[in-house]
Amino acid sequence: MITRMTHVTVYVLDQESAFDFYTNKLGFKVVTDVPMGKDGRWLTVSPPEQPGFEIVLFPVAKSGMSKEAADALRELVKKGTFGIAVFTCRDIFATYEELRIKGVEFTKVPTKEFYGTEAIFKDDSGNWFSLAQIN
Amino acid sequence: MEDSQSPKMYLYRRLVQAKLSIDTHYAQPIDLNNIADEANFSKFHFIKQFKNIYYKTPHQYLISVRIAKAMELLKTGTPVSVACYAVGFESLGSFSGLFKRTVGTTPSDYLAQQQKLRTQRNESPLNFIPGCFAEKNGWLKKSQF
Repeated sequence: MITRMTHVTVYVLDQESAFDFYTNKLGFKVVTDVPMGKDGRWLTVSPPEQPGFEIVLFPVAKSGMSKEAADALRELVKKGTFGIAVFTCRDIFATYEELRIKGVEFTKVPTKEFYGTEAIFKDDSGNWFSLAQIN
Repeated sequence: MEDSQSPKMYLYRRLVQAKLSIDTHYAQPIDLNNIADEANFSKFHFIKQFKNIYYKTPHQYLISVRIAKAMELLKTGTPVSVACYAVGFESLGSFSGLFKRTVGTTPSDYLAQQQKLRTQRNESPLNFIPGCFAEKNGWLKKSQF
């Protein structure tokens, strides 16, 4: 039976910029950062309290897709098509305030929902995430 | 959401600013009384509210930031004594004790572990990447990295 999820891929437009966003703005920890060949780089990060769950920050340009597919994917990422995941926090107002100060773009301010309080923010590529404080 | 001018959001703003101030100035001698003053709180009220949000007192939070930054430095091969003072500790003894209590190993053992891990990653990067990803990207065992 399946027991855990360990890796998930997030396609990003610029890997170095994503590195800065996920570490310096979101406060995630780098798990693996190794060069792969001439211009490849394997880069994974984790939320601070979930080291066993690695988010693979994968550049669209190096995704191994055809040019046509990569161009289409890039446009979709930019447009904010993909909602990737839900992150939880202990105090959503404090987390929202901190991320806002750091320049993270929110498309939904903390709002009470039936399951808790939720906000939505975008990464530097356009992928969006829910930030939630669950009841 | 609370109105941005509400007392509650004002309170949050001051506490987050205090937290970010620790994040930025952790390597310097930080007087937490000054941070409480800057946040316009009594020291007691400041500590209580800070702990409500971050589950740590400001002092505990400062120590955790310094230890986390020391871990980052040790990961890159920085010697223990250099890492200790670089993150704001004034005594190698207290640094080592706090580090071991937090991380579960001494700074020198952690440095050695990370050195070994770095060597393994450099020599065999594919051992750290799920095979499906490596295969999809043409990163093969015979490749030279």
